[in-house]
Amino acid sequence: MDLIFILTLIIVTYFTGSIIEKRHFKNIIKREKALINKPIVSFGKRGFGKGKKIRKVELVTGETVISGDYFKNFAASLKNFFGGRLTSFESVLDRGKREAILRMREKAKGASIIVNTRIEYVMLNDFYMANSVPQCAIIAYGTAITYER
Amino acid sequence: MILTNIESVPGMRIAKQFGLVSGSTVRAKNAIKDLGAGLKNVVGGELKSYTELLVEARKEAVARMEEQAKKLGANAIINVRFATSSITSGAAEVYAYGTAVLVRQIED
Repeated sequence: MDLIFILTLIIVTYFTGSIIEKRHFKNIIKREKALINKPIVSFGKRGFGKGKKIRKVELVTGETVISGDYFKNFAASLKNFFGGRLTSFESVLDRGKREAILRMREKAKGASIIVNTRIEYVMLNDFYMANSVPQCAIIAYGTAITYER
Repeated sequence: MILTNIESVPGMRIAKQFGLVSGSTVRAKNAIKDLGAGLKNVVGGELKSYTELLVEARKEAVARMEEQAKKLGANAIINVRFATSSITSGAAEVYAYGTAVLVRQIED
């Protein structure tokens, strides 16, 4: 009985998980296309403001909390046995990072560049329980600089 | 209060430096709302209620840091960094720290 329950859970979450992921990626790509010109996200501290007057400087942050699903957990535990890249979780982290950076850019309306972008992660769940689905909170922050027109 | 995460406020000069200021907060989730998030965990995707929690925690941590800086007489904080750590299942600490400074416009 238990086995049948787990099996149905795995099958159901495979389908729901892949639908949710596809939808999320589509949404992310749409928003990235809309923001393609501004603001530029830079991971370095230099390369801005050469000979330009600066109008506004502001710290902007973008946060998101993302979790895997039951099927991903199952697939990862199998892969763990053999070793290698856990591609099931790589997509989760990729979505989370891109979402956090997009939210940061959407908050920095009118800025030309966001310098010194950093990304902080924290895992929110308890690892001592077997089969616990990982949840990750991601904060992306940087300094948004608006030049004088 | 001006906040930046680089070593200066572009377009202004640093007149005085006050040292490290910080603010932190730990937020835990409401147990009833956590049940909903537990269900979402099975299905996967973004946990909106946890995201709101994180946004609140970040705002609070930054507000506490600004308050400390204001008490010292600063009007800007440079080199702001965030650090996060997991306290217990479902609770995380957000810690914001930076250097409090007094900035002035650059006189041409």
